[in-house]
Amino acid sequence: MDNLDSLIEGFGAVLTPQNLLIALIGVTIGTAVSMMPGMGTAMAIALLLPITYGMEPTQAFIMFAGIFYGGMYGGSTTAILLNTPGQSSSVVTVMEGFKMARNGRGGQALATAAIGSFVAGTIATVALVFVTPVTVSFAIGLGAPDYLAIMVLALFATASVLGSSRIRGFASLLFGLVVGTIGIDAVTGQQRLTYGVPQLADGIDVVIVAVGVFAIGEALWIAARGRRTKDEIIPVGRVWMGRKDWRRSWGPWLRGTALGFPFGAMPAGGAEVPTFLSYVTERRLSKHKNEFGKGAIEGVAGPEAANNASAAGTLVPMLALGLPCNATAAVMLAAFQTYGIQPGPLLFENESALVWTLIASLFIGNTMLLVLNMPMIPIWVKLLRVPKPYLFAGILFFASMGAYAVNAQPFDLFVLIVLGLAGLAMRRFGLPMLPLIVGVILGPMAERQARMSLQLSGGELSGLIGGPVSWVVYGILALIAVWPLVRFVARRRARDREIVAA
Amino acid sequence: MSDLDRADEGADTTTEPAGPDRAQYWVAGVLAALGVVVIVDALRLGGFTASNDPIGPKPVPIILGSLLIVVAVLYALDVARGGRGEGGETDGPFDWRTIGLLCAIFIANALVIEWLGWVISGSLLFWGAAVVLGSRRYFLALAAAVVLGLATFYGFAIGLGVGLPAGILQGIL
Repeated sequence: MDNLDSLIEGFGAVLTPQNLLIALIGVTIGTAVSMMPGMGTAMAIALLLPITYGMEPTQAFIMFAGIFYGGMYGGSTTAILLNTPGQSSSVVTVMEGFKMARNGRGGQALATAAIGSFVAGTIATVALVFVTPVTVSFAIGLGAPDYLAIMVLALFATASVLGSSRIRGFASLLFGLVVGTIGIDAVTGQQRLTYGVPQLADGIDVVIVAVGVFAIGEALWIAARGRRTKDEIIPVGRVWMGRKDWRRSWGPWLRGTALGFPFGAMPAGGAEVPTFLSYVTERRLSKHKNEFGKGAIEGVAGPEAANNASAAGTLVPMLALGLPCNATAAVMLAAFQTYGIQPGPLLFENESALVWTLIASLFIGNTMLLVLNMPMIPIWVKLLRVPKPYLFAGILFFASMGAYAVNAQPFDLFVLIVLGLAGLAMRRFGLPMLPLIVGVILGPMAERQARMSLQLSGGELSGLIGGPVSWVVYGILALIAVWPLVRFVARRRARDREIVAA
Repeated sequence: MSDLDRADEGADTTTEPAGPDRAQYWVAGVLAALGVVVIVDALRLGGFTASNDPIGPKPVPIILGSLLIVVAVLYALDVARGGRGEGGETDGPFDWRTIGLLCAIFIANALVIEWLGWVISGSLLFWGAAVVLGSRRYFLALAAAVVLGLATFYGFAIGLGVGLPAGILQGIL
């Protein structure tokens, strides 16, 4: 019951007029920014991070919670209306959502996405309240070698499980890890890869990396080839659902939530797998199978719920272990670090009030979205009509402002453009972004844990492997590593058998 | 017009580009070069160790550098076998001129931001980028740029305490 008390205190902290206003601003700009075509949730948060620099941590986190859910919501709206998924987790939503919009049912698609996101977000946040403390009590018994194992797993999994090409995932991951080693080594004070540049001694700020590869990279990419494409914007009518739509939606919402949350809570579980699973499940269970592929409401309701539930789920490892498992969590973790707060098991002891305020604001932000934003969708849709030159000039403008504001030094702007060009190249060659950003954040943390383990064992390499937890984790790692090989052999066997049978 | 559109759609689905996308060898090359740079830098580090830090700052970059070289080789092999990335669109023109101009504008902003201040340099950044990206309504874009510059300066620097430079307009704003 301790948790509930703390949560109620958290609500107490949020429910002041000033903080509610901050939450409202967060929700509004989060929606507005991520509605822009080409902007994902992570990019929206990275761009909006600097806004909070002048605030107290509590207020900053209230605003983040708003931006977080607002960003998720804006992303799905763009996906449905423009047929352009802003992030890989929206890919499934687009399949049925855009078809619905084409059939004149855009209002219903947006409504089921919004209400489904609210339902999933609320249930998942409740689950978060109960699961996170359990994870913390598990995590508190872990030693440095166990942490190292979990971090190595998270790094390995983001590079190899998500995305289609392992080599490209690892290329991106290694690039991120190298960027993470730039700066003064915390233990010995030696400079690594700084080449005597004093501004590099503190390392490259994660916010600058995120803004560079996501925002600048995207703007340059569109500039390089986007001019000939013209988006078709479908008008939406009133955003509402009839009785039949409700009947067809509530099941997918709940099933989507049940699929999404556990995947999100796993290191590197991601949102792609549960959204896809949800889509497949709904297609199988639906009484309207013939509508799938032509605009079935279940195909929007389920995946959108799964997407939101998984996003809330990612906050479990983020808060309890300090592990960011998607781009949005990575940027939020960076935000924690700018306030000198280190997520992990001790967070709940040291910064208890702050954490519960954050969780309470998640509930409030989610509710505000539903109540205030749903009637406003037709107004938001007008944002999609901002001409591209202004849109991308605006991204460059806000990205520079944010990057400069981090340390108030022009040097960071040069780093930003270099990273932006790297992001452009990664888009051109189809390298995934997430491993890079996770590598920048987790790399230095994993190195610290490794050196701490060796310190405890007096330099014996066996000290890198600790208790049973790390054995289990390395076992999972081995499975992930071997899995494609197993599948390859199995496929070959099956083919051989076919040949023999023929 | 509709005929043209259909022809385009047909072209998009059928022209699965044949042969490896050779430009990808550049990626492998850059990865390998980065690996070498990381290893060379790590070798320069004094290899001293202390009782509270048995391995020192050296091994991690050396491991990373070696892995980079390994991945670079595997990448090159993958490219030779016709591998490509996810959503990496290789066909169609690549507008180097726009990219170059945008970078120039961006770097100009970085060079003058402290001298001219954010309001002027940021406005120029927005205006320049909008024009390069195809806006032909120069005055409207300039007006939008100045409004954005002033609004962000007052809103963020003065309102929220975000550190943006006033530059030569110090005392006027």
